[in-house]
Amino acid sequence: MSGYAQDVVALARKDLTLELRARDTLPAMLLFVLSMLVVFHFVLPAGGSRLAANGLLWVAIVFTALLGLTRAFAAEREHGLLDGLVLAPCDRSAIWLGKSIAMLGFLVAAEVVALPAFALFFGAVDGTTVAAVALANLGICAVGTLIAAMASAGRARELLLPLLFLPLSIPIVIGGVGATVADDPGRYLAFLALYDALFAVLSWASFEYVVTE
Amino acid sequence: MSTWSRNSALSASALLLLVGGIALAFYWAPEDADQGFSQKIFYIHVPVALTAYAFFAWGAWKALRHLWTRGERYDLESYTAIHMGVIFGLLTLATGSIWAKISWGIWWSWGQRQLVLFLILFLFYCAYFMLRFSTDVGPARANLSAVYAVFGIVLLPVSFLAIRLAEGFLHPVLFERDGPQMTGEMFVAFCVCLAGVLALAAALYANELTGKRIDARLRELREALA
Amino acid sequence: MSTAEKYVTAAYLVVLAVVLTYVVVYSTKLARLERELAELAEQARARDDG
Repeated sequence: MSGYAQDVVALARKDLTLELRARDTLPAMLLFVLSMLVVFHFVLPAGGSRLAANGLLWVAIVFTALLGLTRAFAAEREHGLLDGLVLAPCDRSAIWLGKSIAMLGFLVAAEVVALPAFALFFGAVDGTTVAAVALANLGICAVGTLIAAMASAGRARELLLPLLFLPLSIPIVIGGVGATVADDPGRYLAFLALYDALFAVLSWASFEYVVTE
Repeated sequence: MSTWSRNSALSASALLLLVGGIALAFYWAPEDADQGFSQKIFYIHVPVALTAYAFFAWGAWKALRHLWTRGERYDLESYTAIHMGVIFGLLTLATGSIWAKISWGIWWSWGQRQLVLFLILFLFYCAYFMLRFSTDVGPARANLSAVYAVFGIVLLPVSFLAIRLAEGFLHPVLFERDGPQMTGEMFVAFCVCLAGVLALAAALYANELTGKRIDARLRELREALA
Repeated sequence: MSTAEKYVTAAYLVVLAVVLTYVVVYSTKLARLERELAELAEQARARDDG
């Protein structure tokens, strides 16, 4: 394994291990997404279409991801570790990649609970939806990790993260909902892949500038 | 060219082009066969929209220059461009909304792709300001702003594509305006108006940039004297 | 004035209003900058004398 890949794996493993010990982010995400699904039941009036529920699934995913992302750089900022990380002899973008992979792990873990719960509350979830969720996860984690690093540099970081992230998440939501409800999901899945590719490259390339001066 | 002479030239040409363009639009260009008199909003709405796009692109370009070279001037230039872009974006939403009201009787329609795009961009770039205000002055803030500005310009076409795709499942009431069947006179009037709005925008930009620069210098002075 | 004419005029007036508001806001900013400059000049003078 190349040095870069080793760095990424080490960083991702660090975050996942820390979470396994601390166990604060993931349980919160699980509880949050379940609570959201219950709220959604009461939000959909009778005679509302099944499609509306499918759309709300994406609201749940985006906001659960936001919850997890708020914690993404919390430890580093709290203990001033980000400088140490940045000084480490690894490519800065490896920090982004490692952190994104860890975030992806959390998000997938939350969805492993959320999707069956959704199927239970609102009706079955088909393969296309799962594919869309998988693709959207990549975009959310790629962009979200970069935005989380940006937000954590400022003062009102918990407020700033959603404000910075939500406009960027609109294309993801459109792609996801389209794949879930439209008759021709192929276009939307392709669009999600395009978004992922574009913004992953952009995030990968610009992370360096976000953490250094 | 000194600052004063450049700014004066810009303001003067803005005055001439804008007054001339609007005069051409109202007195010379014919009325649109389908839309009637309400089409005249086109002569201010589209130039303002194009200028907003230009500002966001200019801001992203200056942001890239900053990230590449760390030259001192680029951060303020990028910030000013985006500041002006948001103002013109707001104007686009306002004029577009009025045009929608007169054309179809409603102030807002999700079917108007341009306006929906501007709404998303407006949200995005307002967050840009929140980012700047919540970070302390310094190279870190300049870097963050620059990266975000670059994200914005990539988001622009992606969002437009997304909005078009969204129509596949949202089925908004798609109001269609008949495409630009512009006569020659209309086109000339439009071009003059566009040039006028761009000149006005450049003049405002130059002034705003100077103001921001003075602000920054004064802050440095204050720190030096303290 | 027909309805169309009213709305078209409104659109152009909105543009004018926003630009003029900008001018007003900017003048306020200039006044503040002038005031700060005067204060700093005072401070510098006091430093030189002191």
